[in-house]
Amino acid sequence: MSELLTALELRDAIAAKTLSSTEAVRDCLGRIEKYDPELGAYLLTFTEKAMQDAETVDRKIAAGQPVGPLAGVPIAVKDNLCTTFGTTTCGSKILERFAAPFNAHVIERLLAADAVIIGKTNLDEFAMGSSTENSALRKTVNPWDASRVPGGSSGGSAAAVAAGLCAAALGSDTGGSIRQPASFCGVTGLKPTYGRVSRYGLVAYGSSLDQIGPLTRNAADAALLMNIIAGHDPRDSTSVSDVMAKKPDYLAELNQPINALKIAVVPELIAGAEPRIRTAIENALKVYQSLGAERVEITMPHFDYAIAAYYVIATAEASSNLARFDGVHYGHRSAEAGNYIEVYSKSRDEAFGPEVKRRIMLGTFALSSGYYDAYYLKALKVRNLIRQDFVKAFEKADCLMLPVSPTTAFKIGEKTDDPLQMYLADVYTIAVNLAGLPGLSVPCGFDEENLPIGLQIITDAFTEDKLLRIGQMYQNATDWHKQRPEL
Amino acid sequence: MSNQIDRQMVERVALLARLELSESEIAQFSTQLSGIVDYIEKINTLDTDRIEPLAHCLPVHNVLRQDEPLSSLSNEAALANAPEQIEGYFKVPKILDDNSGA
Repeated sequence: MSELLTALELRDAIAAKTLSSTEAVRDCLGRIEKYDPELGAYLLTFTEKAMQDAETVDRKIAAGQPVGPLAGVPIAVKDNLCTTFGTTTCGSKILERFAAPFNAHVIERLLAADAVIIGKTNLDEFAMGSSTENSALRKTVNPWDASRVPGGSSGGSAAAVAAGLCAAALGSDTGGSIRQPASFCGVTGLKPTYGRVSRYGLVAYGSSLDQIGPLTRNAADAALLMNIIAGHDPRDSTSVSDVMAKKPDYLAELNQPINALKIAVVPELIAGAEPRIRTAIENALKVYQSLGAERVEITMPHFDYAIAAYYVIATAEASSNLARFDGVHYGHRSAEAGNYIEVYSKSRDEAFGPEVKRRIMLGTFALSSGYYDAYYLKALKVRNLIRQDFVKAFEKADCLMLPVSPTTAFKIGEKTDDPLQMYLADVYTIAVNLAGLPGLSVPCGFDEENLPIGLQIITDAFTEDKLLRIGQMYQNATDWHKQRPEL
Repeated sequence: MSNQIDRQMVERVALLARLELSESEIAQFSTQLSGIVDYIEKINTLDTDRIEPLAHCLPVHNVLRQDEPLSSLSNEAALANAPEQIEGYFKVPKILDDNSGA
């Protein structure tokens, strides 16, 4: 039963003692045992620790002691977030047995909020991918249709939330990795503004693009999680201080609609999606119009260059970040290595998967002598043009709305042989990362095969409070987000 | 413009990236990376002469803190995941040969 509740409802029920955390966590673990062998959402579950943590919360509540804002609620975290308990694998053979010596900032924040961390979810290796098929450790399927991918790279987190195998989850988003799986699995996903959530303890992929965020049943749960994970952390020098951008209470005004909401749309972008998705987005816009919103048509002349710029910038950063996997400090070391160069090159060849190697190669190429100006520097300039498109958009409107993905969840194996086709699937999400903006994915319908469709809403930097209120307006008027897959 | 990421280029980049690729990987990456770089080439159709490069989106630079010692990982914790260690150090194969002198 407790799997039907949102994180907020579950927290309130536990605090009011109408349900114990022990019951909620036991239910959740029972569902994982029953459904996860087929779904493959988790790489690891903390059965004993989770039950102990739940009992601790129940004891505190019974004794009338104060508890945190997520007390007793089972939460899943993507397995690129460092935890001192269990392994942190990034879905990679190179880290298959890696035990992190510290907790990520967001893990510390969850524990301080008395959340029960129930397990670590599957992902594309090092978060590089759009389908979770690049995990070297496990296959995850879409809870709505087991022949299809859950999206990626936070596919395990999205599948776990959709299937009721946790109350909410954390993921990371470098080019769409929270929003796209949220859309494919019919859940709500928020990629916060770059700098809003500390990346300390998030295994780096593209450091100027990566951001941690929540995957939840609704916008209110995303607000609840943002209250916990957002805020300054001196250990991440790109984590903003309260002076620069004050952290609001994301729940405080959530139910207040935005008056005279102006929504920007780019007709060519909507036209690029599958027909059923176009219809769903148009219908969502009509819902907003019926709530008093105004539609403003704009152009984004450089949007079309986002994928090309992204795959230079993200892979360049990845090639540098992943240099740390050297077979010396931690992770896999080749048994075949004779000299010290081979310790690096054989260890890396043996333990990185094909997509990770491809991106390291592409990034190394873009940064190499003779190509740096033509690709890397050029891509950074294009990035500036893309950001300027957004600046102009927000002069005319409060938010931009577009699809999350041009298709619904595709078949497992459909795009694995053609990496470029897989990259093109990120067409609607990538520009947001390049511009460092917040983006929200909310369920807005189903296609003819009963696969979920997502609406993407983008607002200006550090306005997640407004973004979530815009999402909440829609979820107060519709019930797409309440639909659950039959397992 | 069509980019040929040929075998020689793949081998050069793999050396820079410290990846000892197999024969089949070299062939596959040559084809796939050529296709991807051809696609990426579209950024070179834009005029960016008067545009500044944007490395990240925050108006922050050189974030400093007080120069105060803070706690850090113990030697034991830092070595706990090392594939090989010896007497409190990471262990690697010999880097200088016996005749390199000094």
